Amino acid sequence: MNDQRLESLIHDAFTGRLSRREVLRRAGTLGLSLPVVAALLAACGGGGGTSGTSTSTNSGATTAPTVASTGASPAATSSPTTQAASPVASPSSASPAGAAAYTVNNPPPVPNAAAAKQYSGQKITYYGDSVGIGAQIDQVMAKRFNQDTGITVNVIPRPQSSTDAYSTYLRFFQAKSTDVDVVSLDVIWPGAFAAHLLDLSQTFASEAKLHYAPIIQNGTVGGKLIAMPWFSDFGILYYRTDLLQKYGFSTPPQTWEELQTQAQKIMTGERSSNANFQGFVFQGNAYEGLTCNALEWIDSSGGGTIIENGKVTLNNPQAIAALNRAKGWLSNGIAPRGVTSYQEDDARNVFQGGNCAFMRNWPYAYALGNGSDSKVAGKFDVAPLPTESGQKSVGTIGGWMMGISAYSKAQQAATEWVRYTTSAESQTYRAVVGSFVPTQAAVAQDPSVVQAEPFLKSTADVVRVARPSTETGDKYNQISTIFFQGVSQILNGQDAASIVPNVTQQIQRQMS
Amino acid sequence: MAGPAVTEGQQTRPVAPSKAPQPRATSSLARRQARLAWLLLLPTLLVVAFVAIYPLIQTIWYGFTNARLGSVTPPRFVGLKNYQDLIADSAFRSSILVTVKFTVITVVIEFLLGMLIALVVNSNFKGRGLTRAAMLVPWAIPTVISAQMWKWMYHDVYGVFNDLLVNKLGLLSHNVAWLSQPNTSLPAIAAVDIWKTTPFVALLLLAGLQVIPSDVYEAATVDGANRLRQFFDMTLPLLQPAIVVTLIFRTLDALRVFDVFYVAFGARPDTMTMAIYDQQNIVAFADVGYGSAISMAIFVVIAIFVIAYVTTFKVEAQ
Amino acid sequence: MGTASRRTIGSILFYLLLAVILVYIIFPFYWAVRSSIAPNSELFATPVQYWPSHATLANYRLVFQNADFIDALRNSAIVATSVTLASLAVGALGAYALGRFSFRGRRPVLYLVLSMTMFPQIAVLGALYDMVNRFGLYNRLGALILTYLIFTLPFTVWVLTSFFQALPHELEEAAYVDGASPLQAFYQILLPLAAPGMVTTGLLAFIAAWNEFLFALSFMQTPDKRTVPVAIFTFTPATGGGFEIPWGQMMAATVVVTVPLIVLTLIFQRRILAGLTAGAVKG
Repeated sequence: MNDQRLESLIHDAFTGRLSRREVLRRAGTLGLSLPVVAALLAACGGGGGTSGTSTSTNSGATTAPTVASTGASPAATSSPTTQAASPVASPSSASPAGAAAYTVNNPPPVPNAAAAKQYSGQKITYYGDSVGIGAQIDQVMAKRFNQDTGITVNVIPRPQSSTDAYSTYLRFFQAKSTDVDVVSLDVIWPGAFAAHLLDLSQTFASEAKLHYAPIIQNGTVGGKLIAMPWFSDFGILYYRTDLLQKYGFSTPPQTWEELQTQAQKIMTGERSSNANFQGFVFQGNAYEGLTCNALEWIDSSGGGTIIENGKVTLNNPQAIAALNRAKGWLSNGIAPRGVTSYQEDDARNVFQGGNCAFMRNWPYAYALGNGSDSKVAGKFDVAPLPTESGQKSVGTIGGWMMGISAYSKAQQAATEWVRYTTSAESQTYRAVVGSFVPTQAAVAQDPSVVQAEPFLKSTADVVRVARPSTETGDKYNQISTIFFQGVSQILNGQDAASIVPNVTQQIQRQMS
Repeated sequence: MAGPAVTEGQQTRPVAPSKAPQPRATSSLARRQARLAWLLLLPTLLVVAFVAIYPLIQTIWYGFTNARLGSVTPPRFVGLKNYQDLIADSAFRSSILVTVKFTVITVVIEFLLGMLIALVVNSNFKGRGLTRAAMLVPWAIPTVISAQMWKWMYHDVYGVFNDLLVNKLGLLSHNVAWLSQPNTSLPAIAAVDIWKTTPFVALLLLAGLQVIPSDVYEAATVDGANRLRQFFDMTLPLLQPAIVVTLIFRTLDALRVFDVFYVAFGARPDTMTMAIYDQQNIVAFADVGYGSAISMAIFVVIAIFVIAYVTTFKVEAQ
Repeated sequence: MGTASRRTIGSILFYLLLAVILVYIIFPFYWAVRSSIAPNSELFATPVQYWPSHATLANYRLVFQNADFIDALRNSAIVATSVTLASLAVGALGAYALGRFSFRGRRPVLYLVLSMTMFPQIAVLGALYDMVNRFGLYNRLGALILTYLIFTLPFTVWVLTSFFQALPHELEEAAYVDGASPLQAFYQILLPLAAPGMVTTGLLAFIAAWNEFLFALSFMQTPDKRTVPVAIFTFTPATGGGFEIPWGQMMAATVVVTVPLIVLTLIFQRRILAGLTAGAVKG
């Protein structure tokens, strides 16, 4: 080893002159051992990747191995010399390099900037997040992208309601508008928009392998990858740790039966002091969220996923039993009667206000639940949703993807933008800063991400199940409506055995 | 409505709605009058042509096709198929029932409340100032906001209505899920809409009341008629044009109700209104053809109500 | 029971009824105010807090710092004012024709105007969207000014028509005798007399345009063109994903928007009432 080089590296690192990337790069070429690298990284503390933006020679291929090998840092060095590891999930023990460096206004540099620069000067229009931290991140990343590549990204917030955004896109596509280049897509839309989106299977061949397979599959229609995963959501069980302890339950419920028992006991006990205490809340309103919930009930009981291989498989005893069981939650009272009006925030407000023991919701409620406004901060945790004994735990896939309009006049520039926003670096950034759930296994195991989203650890084994949107294409909304209206009737008291065959028949008719 | 009090030089009397003063004598004068009238109507007709005729024609046309939004294949003419499907559509039929029930409840109650408020504001009652300030509040808040607000006031766990009724006033034994239970859903949502649109009714009736000259009442009081008699025998007839216009427009709006139901119930089958069903087909299902047929059917339902009003009240009888 | 005591009981019952109605009307607004100054943790807490334990103006601060919301206030003001003036101008002229002249086609025109409001908004959305695009009005406030007429013009025309219809013809005839043209008669005599109708329909049109949501959402694209109802729904929640509803801020914005509207209305109404009682009609 070259002592002088090592000395100067140590010196630079400790005086804060170097960015983490630089440290890693130089450490890499010196062949340093892990603990030393970790110490150096800790020492250089937050240089943020501003100095020495080393760009990779080409896009996805190099990003993959480097992410895996260092485990976190977006060190876009071309030589994965530090640790050779498979491009998938090596939970390296390197310190959370780069994580502390990520603040809202400090996004990662563009890993594929060198390749993207050839389209410098072009303009693309991108329909992104409408509100909140997501909208803010969109703007910040667009600016960074412009800085690094010279491509201008015009960020337009899409309409906030999913349905409105859906028909807005349809209108653009109907008119073959060139005013839209990149669109953010709800996971249930790729099937419907397939005819209007660019095939990304060639341009994202290597990146696609990094993401969770079910989500990639969700974005693949007729063999063509038309949407890249951007961030993911999945259904999880929230539970009150203090109440479980108080009533003598050592673990959260593994089966639906256990959930029933635990909820009943806790509810009865708590009702003596809080007349409005509920056992279990979820999203029971007649809308898309109910499809997500019901799919979880059914698949976790071995009842399948509504539509498989082009056939409607809903009409089976397990599915019917699962739906009747959900009806039972209302009739025997562990779920409030009003749950059939609840959407996500209605349920969250009940749980966060300390008025129920269990909740099914998306990950977004986690950070809020531990926030300063919450009555249950520090008193809850999450777990995979219960199942029928012997079945695997599932969570319906939510979240959003990225697609490129087939009518875009700047397709390559658009491609580079999508490459940036779906890259591992971006996902790490968005996870740390905005609590967006990543779609790459490697990113999900990055210590900084786990620190920002602790629930990822306890729900690592959840099997993601997709709604049958991709195979039903533009008929999905209709089919989902038939389904959730049927479930709504069951929740309101009808017998699933009489509703399910009818629903199955109607869905089958839509698909023919 | 009655005209203003005519001045000193002439008789003081309430003036009944009168016919247009056009002499049939000179046909050239009549023609000139007609020409002027059409000229005055030109701006209105232009607006109608652009924002009404064009959508109407497009809707009629699409109703005969199988158009879908975002489809790569162009729409095909399918004749009366959409309408045939519509007649057999039980979901649509039930939505008509829900909407009509809702309309009847809300229009009747809004009318009574609105009339009361208008009378109070127009008079010397104490509390008139407060009423006048308060009455606009519901109308001034955007519907999408107030619907969400009421939804949370109705909440079965943390809603304020349940808290008042159960904990503070002791009128109920336990919380009620007002919007979820089928037997309370419609009254609950009607209460929201009545709250929101009574100001509209009150304002229109108030405008009608304000032009009734006070001399009318003075003369009647001299004659010995008491307040109630005055109201029924004099105010009401003079107010008739205002009442008719108010009823027609309130009914039309109620039949097209969307926002309050959508926020509260979403796509719940038993509370679906005609407009929500229409929106579902056009937007969520992207089925523009069938959706346009539904729009035309809604138009027909509303037209039936309009015709009923017009014949009952003999509007524009002249 | 004498008439006096019967009247007293009647009075009491009447005031009681009035009180109930007033509570019904005001309660939700009080709830909005309370929610706007309550800390977030108390918004959905049980037991229900009728007044926040420590009131905070944080939500109002956030609302006023929100540049997009200020833009939205301006946009809404422009759109609502323009639509009101346009409907009054167009509507008054049309109502004059429909209310004072007799000509063939009078009734069909009245019903044609009415038919504009016989479709649900969603039914005309697609066609209006095409039209807005064709005129190059997409993402311009002019799109809203034009399309809002679809629901403000009908009741403006109908209400003003019935006002004009009720005015005695002696007035016009006197004017004609004095040598006035029909338009002069309209402008100087009939219009002032229809003032209550004009103010009422103006107010209703203004508020209807101010609160409209669907067209504002569909025809405007960028944040700087949003109107108030759309902007209220795009306040920044703390989390991404779009599930959270930042209720405190939305309530603050609602209060901020509602209070001036009411004040404006009261000013206008009082003026007209004053004008009338001062004997507006003189010859």
